[in-house]
Amino acid sequence: MRLLIIEDDSDSAAYLVKAFREEGHVADHAADGLTGYSMAEGGGYDVLVVDRMLPRMDGLSLIRSLREQNDVTPVLILSALGQVDDRVKGLRAGGDDYLPKPYAFSELLARTEVLSRRRASAASTDATAYRVADLELDRLTRRVTRAGEDIVLQPREFRLLEYLMKNAGQVVTRTMLLENVWDYHFDPQTNVIDVHISRLRAKLDRGQNLPLLQTVRGAGYSLRAEPR
Amino acid sequence: MALQAPSRSRLFRSTAFKLTLLYMGVFAIFATAALGYVAWNARRLIEDQIRQTIDAEITGLSEQFRQGGIRRLLVVIEQRARGPGASLYLVTSPFGERLAGNVEQVPVGLLDKAGESEMPYARSTEDAGGSRPAMAIVRVYVLPAGFRVLVGRDASERDRLRDVVRRAGGWALGVVLLLGVLGGFVIARRILKRVDAMSETTVSIMTSDLKDRLPVSGNGDELDRLAINLNTMLDRITVLMGGLRQVSDNIAHDLKTPLTRLRNRADEALRPNATQDDMRRALEGVTDDADNLIRVFNALLMIARLEAGQARETMAPFDASAAANGVAELYEALAEEAGATLTSDIAPGIILHGSRELVGQALSNLVDNALKYGKPSDDVPVHVSLGLRHEGGHVIFTVADRGEGIPADQRARALERFGRLDSSRTKPGFGLGLSLAKAVASIHNGTLALQDNAPGLAVVLTLPAESAGGSHGETGTS
Repeated sequence: MRLLIIEDDSDSAAYLVKAFREEGHVADHAADGLTGYSMAEGGGYDVLVVDRMLPRMDGLSLIRSLREQNDVTPVLILSALGQVDDRVKGLRAGGDDYLPKPYAFSELLARTEVLSRRRASAASTDATAYRVADLELDRLTRRVTRAGEDIVLQPREFRLLEYLMKNAGQVVTRTMLLENVWDYHFDPQTNVIDVHISRLRAKLDRGQNLPLLQTVRGAGYSLRAEPR
Repeated sequence: MALQAPSRSRLFRSTAFKLTLLYMGVFAIFATAALGYVAWNARRLIEDQIRQTIDAEITGLSEQFRQGGIRRLLVVIEQRARGPGASLYLVTSPFGERLAGNVEQVPVGLLDKAGESEMPYARSTEDAGGSRPAMAIVRVYVLPAGFRVLVGRDASERDRLRDVVRRAGGWALGVVLLLGVLGGFVIARRILKRVDAMSETTVSIMTSDLKDRLPVSGNGDELDRLAINLNTMLDRITVLMGGLRQVSDNIAHDLKTPLTRLRNRADEALRPNATQDDMRRALEGVTDDADNLIRVFNALLMIARLEAGQARETMAPFDASAAANGVAELYEALAEEAGATLTSDIAPGIILHGSRELVGQALSNLVDNALKYGKPSDDVPVHVSLGLRHEGGHVIFTVADRGEGIPADQRARALERFGRLDSSRTKPGFGLGLSLAKAVASIHNGTLALQDNAPGLAVVLTLPAESAGGSHGETGTS
């Protein structure tokens, strides 16, 4: 994926560029809002990572200007503010995701990958059925089968699996799950998400040779047929 | 500290002084107007009397003329004109010759037409050495044969009255001005003295440790009320500052432990004979510790922002029942895993105006706390109940456990930041959950109360249901 990181703090920008490149992505850097805007306008990026407070043009204005130009490149907002209603303001301005500082790189990576893939497969995200190996989920009948056998899920478990399958092959973090399945954006205090995952895993993978719901150390979970 | 005498220029600039001057000015204008009105009426009264006298004389004289002709008239006039304090008389022939009377000169043209007018006069019988010419009201009357009779009366009484009024008015005004300035001076000085005392005390309060209080004289006037209110404000500031100091003490104290642990783990990784695996494990521990610290700071920041009233602008109606159900569902799995039970009794379709996110976070903190600290004893499982009901204009969330509870005298402290009770200091957590929930309550104009669940603790989050827009609707997420 091709990323543009618009961030005025040169240390964290350098860290991000290096970390993304190590993951095999292409990352460019702009140190202020105006430069970032003109680079983003040139297009070709899969995801923009935009700091909220930038010299010459602040992050939210930058996103608004891009959206006015009908530029729909996914934007992830990084913010040191990171509190209460900043997220709402950021998303209102046209951002697609929001990550308060300080953050773990694994969280940022997982989120940008999901954003970029969402763009690449904008059509398939609205598919009525998902399939990973022999696991199938039908969104219309709300039926889940593995190797042809029915799996009975609670409504919330269904949503959890739906989200994991929609982002199959991607790493999803605990906060992403809390956001997308429970629609809460705070940091869960204890391992609340882990418990839900292990319950779901018990239902999906029990008695199966090929575990599908995998734990990614230090990052989150991933639903995929092959171990990474 | 000795009070300095108020300096003169400050005295004149004071509000009390200016108000006194203003009041005095208004008073003087009204007094002048009243005096003027009285004087004008008195003058009219005098003039009317003079006119009546003149009219009576003219009636009498014309009667004499009718009975005895001009001769009789002239005789009568000569007689009357000689009396002391007599009126003014003058009779002229149709050709303007003076025939009789005590008036030497009249202004040119005065006799030409009948009617009333005023003229200066000098009596022919008296010496004309008066300091100033006296004024008289005169009336000219034309007799049938063309003779003209002028009858007048001295109007000096009227002029004297005017002089008296003028002098009196002048004096009165002078006295009013003098008294006003003096009064203003005295009042301003009095008030300024007290205000100065207050501001002196304020300065000493600012330089000292907010221990002093403003003097209250006890007479209940506006300055007293001001002083009492300022004192109350100072009390409040002192309490807040105390709280702040307590919080920073607690922060320093409670963050030292995880920071020390973090440091120890780093040391572990740096041990000379540490293997790759050891280092990795130690670094993972370091990351976890750092994450925990960040979490604490985020929570602190969030509480501070909530207490500053931020986040109000993004509030909107939301389904509180769905939010509570979501939290219950989120924690049910965790509770079950830990061998605890989480039951919920949530009334459906309750809509609140506020932040779903914040209310959800507060609830999740409370449930998390209850699961962590609500253990009755080692072999009894934890039981937590989450309730939501609509009651008398309030939406009431209750999170209750059956653990040890919190003694009534320690409940206030439990709501403070880092206000962990000693009994729970050994357990994990930073004691921010309750104060965050309290901040969430207050930003929604609600309250958070700790109650006895007999046994156990019941945390009651009460939010006003106003502007909730009814209690129906299915906008939730579950």
